Amino acid sequence: MKTVKPRYLENSLQVVFFMCAAISTITTVAVIGILAFETWGFLQHVSIVEFLFGTRWSPLLHPKSYGLLPLLAGTTLIVVGASLVALPIGLACAIYLSEYAGERARNVLKPVLEVLAGIPTVVYGFFALTFVTPILRTVLPQTDVFNAASAAIVVGIMVLPMVASLCDDAFRAVPDNLREGAYSLGATSFEVTTRVVVPAGLSGVFAAFVLAISRAIGETMAVTLAAGATPNLTLNPLESIQTMTAYIVQVSLGDTPAGTLTYQTLFAVAAVLFLVTLCLNIAANMIMKRFQEVYE
Amino acid sequence: MSSEENVILNIDDACISYGGDLAVRNVSLQIFEKKITAIIGPSGCGKSTLLRSLNRMNDFIHGCEQSGRISFRDEDLYGDKMDPVEVRLRIGMVFQRPNPFPKSIYRNVAWGPDINGLEGDLDDRVEKALRQSALWDEVKDRLHESALNLSGGQQQRLCIARALAMEPEIILMDEPCSALDPVSTARIEDLLFELKENYTIVIVTHNMQQAARVSQHTAFLENGVLVEYGDTEEVFTNPKNKRTEEYVTGRFG
Repeated sequence: MKTVKPRYLENSLQVVFFMCAAISTITTVAVIGILAFETWGFLQHVSIVEFLFGTRWSPLLHPKSYGLLPLLAGTTLIVVGASLVALPIGLACAIYLSEYAGERARNVLKPVLEVLAGIPTVVYGFFALTFVTPILRTVLPQTDVFNAASAAIVVGIMVLPMVASLCDDAFRAVPDNLREGAYSLGATSFEVTTRVVVPAGLSGVFAAFVLAISRAIGETMAVTLAAGATPNLTLNPLESIQTMTAYIVQVSLGDTPAGTLTYQTLFAVAAVLFLVTLCLNIAANMIMKRFQEVYE
Repeated sequence: MSSEENVILNIDDACISYGGDLAVRNVSLQIFEKKITAIIGPSGCGKSTLLRSLNRMNDFIHGCEQSGRISFRDEDLYGDKMDPVEVRLRIGMVFQRPNPFPKSIYRNVAWGPDINGLEGDLDDRVEKALRQSALWDEVKDRLHESALNLSGGQQQRLCIARALAMEPEIILMDEPCSALDPVSTARIEDLLFELKENYTIVIVTHNMQQAARVSQHTAFLENGVLVEYGDTEEVFTNPKNKRTEEYVTGRFG
């Protein structure tokens, strides 16, 4: 009987691949572990009710106060503003790309969108500060130098390519024979788009929206530069605010000693940020899955 | 062909090409009102292309060009005065693969009449179309369930109902049974017999028995050329052309 030669290369490669896969998993678990540990430490000093529902955030200046709501309000302002910019324009852009654009227009527009997605976020930040804010202040003179609106607009522009690209994918996944079926019933292009293609791709559209919102929540550079550093419980977009991410930047850049309560606020805020984006990503995945099942 | 038949579509010297390749060459034939006309021929002979030119579905295909004249009730189908949306409203189509919308059974049938604002009660129209396509008894208790839960044969009959709900003057069918099992195929053929009382049907098929069973006129296409066209009985029992004879007796194709 012939003996089977052991395949050393094959086996060692398997180990290498496993290690690569393990690194990302271990990193994720470690990050979650550290977040949980430090957040737990923080919650020993500040009650969870005060943290989540307190209306004043002042961990650096006396009298100290650890109410997250001003930061949540700041993040909400940015997300709502960015969504108002990115979702309708991104959707319209995707409709144009998938249903109306000819081959040539598509070949120009798609790469331009990808370039837009590749611009470093810090560039968007000073673009907001030096370009969008002056325009806003000309139109609405009561606008603060640092304000939520300007940051929200550029965050919207930042996530717009993602919305457009994912919605475009969703529409292009709608089989052509559905379009043909609709045309054969005497539908116009507009009716085919709005009453067959968009509804059929709707779960993909929702998933794109959720992912865009999740990115807007996590966006840091533009809001740090343009939206200010004033934890401010307001829904007025013309005022200076601070988002959760901008707070993390502010404290990380300072000389806060490890182990202090101020240091632990970083992790507590990061934990909230992580949980919110995690939930949104899970939601997006669930919606995507439903969307994939439709035509199988 | 007897003189009492009215020509509804007159195809005169039609040539259709995709990016320079001729798919249909100088085809001339007449489609008669309230008759079933079958177009047969081997795969790739241009029969689907010809069919799709009859309700301007080729308009959506990039690089598709057409010459010659197709008249629909004596009007130029491709003339400036003809609105392609209007053409498709009057000339319906059923495709090779069932393509119901991912909506309820009811919404599928009601879709066309709804967007085009056709008069009359929508419920009645849906019921009538589903009865005509012999689907009513199977689906009447679950009209608001998704059409995607139906079997392939039921989906295809739903697509026929969807076309019928528009009460088109002509229905084009592009190998409507090619994705179906024999039982479903038989049901659709029965359906065609009933529909020919009221509708003009042009059916493309690669199944010669089907053409022989359902149609009154048969056109045989090969390599984009119309080889023979006549009464179905003539074409199958006494073909004038040698190639037709070889094809209908199954020697090639």
